[in-house]
Amino acid sequence: MLFNSLQNLGQQGLDFLQRLGRGHILFMHILAGLPGLMARFGLVIQQVFSVGVLSIVIILVSGLFVGMVLGLQGYNTLVDFGAEESLGVVVSLSLVRELGPVVTALLFAGRAGSALTAEIGLMKATEQLSAMEMMAVDPVRRILAPRFVAGFISMPLLAAIFSAVGVLGGFFVGVGLLGVDEGAYWSQMQANVDLYDDIYNGVIKSVVFGIVVTWIALFEGYDAIPTSEGVSRATTRTVVHSSLAVLSLDFILTALMFGA
Amino acid sequence: MNNTVSPVVEVRQLHFTRGKRKIFDGVDLDIQRGKITAIMGPSGTGKTTLLRLIGGQLRPNEGSVVVDGQRVDKLRHDPLYQLRKRMGMLFQNGALLTDMNVFDNVAFPLREHTQLSEELIRDLVLMKLHSVGLRGAWRLMPSELSGGMSRRVALARAIVLDPMIMMYDEPFTGQDPISMGVLVRLIRQLNDALGLTSIIVSHDITETLTIADYIYLLSDGKVVGHGTAAELGGSQSEWAQQFLKGLPDGPVPFHYPAPDYLTDLLATAGEK
Repeated sequence: MLFNSLQNLGQQGLDFLQRLGRGHILFMHILAGLPGLMARFGLVIQQVFSVGVLSIVIILVSGLFVGMVLGLQGYNTLVDFGAEESLGVVVSLSLVRELGPVVTALLFAGRAGSALTAEIGLMKATEQLSAMEMMAVDPVRRILAPRFVAGFISMPLLAAIFSAVGVLGGFFVGVGLLGVDEGAYWSQMQANVDLYDDIYNGVIKSVVFGIVVTWIALFEGYDAIPTSEGVSRATTRTVVHSSLAVLSLDFILTALMFGA
Repeated sequence: MNNTVSPVVEVRQLHFTRGKRKIFDGVDLDIQRGKITAIMGPSGTGKTTLLRLIGGQLRPNEGSVVVDGQRVDKLRHDPLYQLRKRMGMLFQNGALLTDMNVFDNVAFPLREHTQLSEELIRDLVLMKLHSVGLRGAWRLMPSELSGGMSRRVALARAIVLDPMIMMYDEPFTGQDPISMGVLVRLIRQLNDALGLTSIIVSHDITETLTIADYIYLLSDGKVVGHGTAAELGGSQSEWAQQFLKGLPDGPVPFHYPAPDYLTDLLATAGEK
């Protein structure tokens, strides 16, 4: 009994390491395919549309509501200290440093990541990837690499849109409904949000999350067992693993950027 | 080298295992240039795996696969992809790219590998579609095609680069009699008109025997018989006779290995 449990644990550990290894090999293979994309940037543009542009609605709506909630919660806390004029700073720093990149990455994993995994997994299950290989077209370079670049480009842009709409959401609630001074909202924000410390760090986070989420989504699809159940499991794994990776990386990046 | 006699594919002492299961255990076979060679055997004998080994999508554990003088099992990425430009493969379900229409599917290899103008690509695609009888269907999406039509479009796509070898994975499975007749005729015509070498993997005996110039029978990871249709028909091998006549029992038993029938029936549910 104990021996079997140990054996299972060992097997699971080995499986995990093998998957990690395959994931890294695929990542290298994708990177090797990037120079070839320069001549065929149209492929990337198509994918920016399906990965990025089609995610805009969910990002706009979520960003607006998150900003409105921040405005409401921030106001209720700040008003006790007579500091409600700092609402703009609270809303914008929360969004630019943390919520913008993190919530966008979680939504991106759910909207675009799952779609990428399902698409690649089904292409594998219906032998479209094999057919490409036999037509002497490398599916990693032709299918995966453009999607990877599209994720890398789209994620920081979506995070920026999320933060911008969130700031507007905070403005509607704080200034429009709760009576915070409009000039104070914008001027305090302008004075206290730093381009390097806050905005650049937020952009770095969103770029890292974009790379990680897209990589996980592509790997899960490419490595999926080519059956309906296998693709369904792979899609679930994409969302779960991407979310966990985003949250844990967020802590590490925050510690590196703001911890010292 | 005399092209008329040298085999275009030479497989020697091929061993291949998947997990703990041995798929090939010392297979030797030659595919002659310009001929249609059939590889036949019951389901699960690794016929499709053999095509993937010839195409370099899988690597053998031991032995060699030589295609047109090149060791496929040793080729690195770029030379392998160069060789594949001269190989066509028809997959069992067609494997058309579902986000493109019929025309773009057939044009796909041309656009990927050549610098031809769109006018020339259009002419070539329409010629290939005409040869499979589907020139009028160029606007349709793969979801609008029947199984037989999908396979014919995939066939047009596979021959659009004028390959040296054409591989067919179970081309007749699940086809109605008319589609089956069309495919049989197309495979023979294309082979002879384009000077191809064709490899057909199948277990549809009647159709395959009518067009194959040479046949290999596979079972349990080994070649158990080979020859022309006439030679195999007269073979004394019990296995060959069971397979070719479709007998339910023989060297390939009807029953999957199981414990004694009576003991099994008398066993209580708990023991199961």
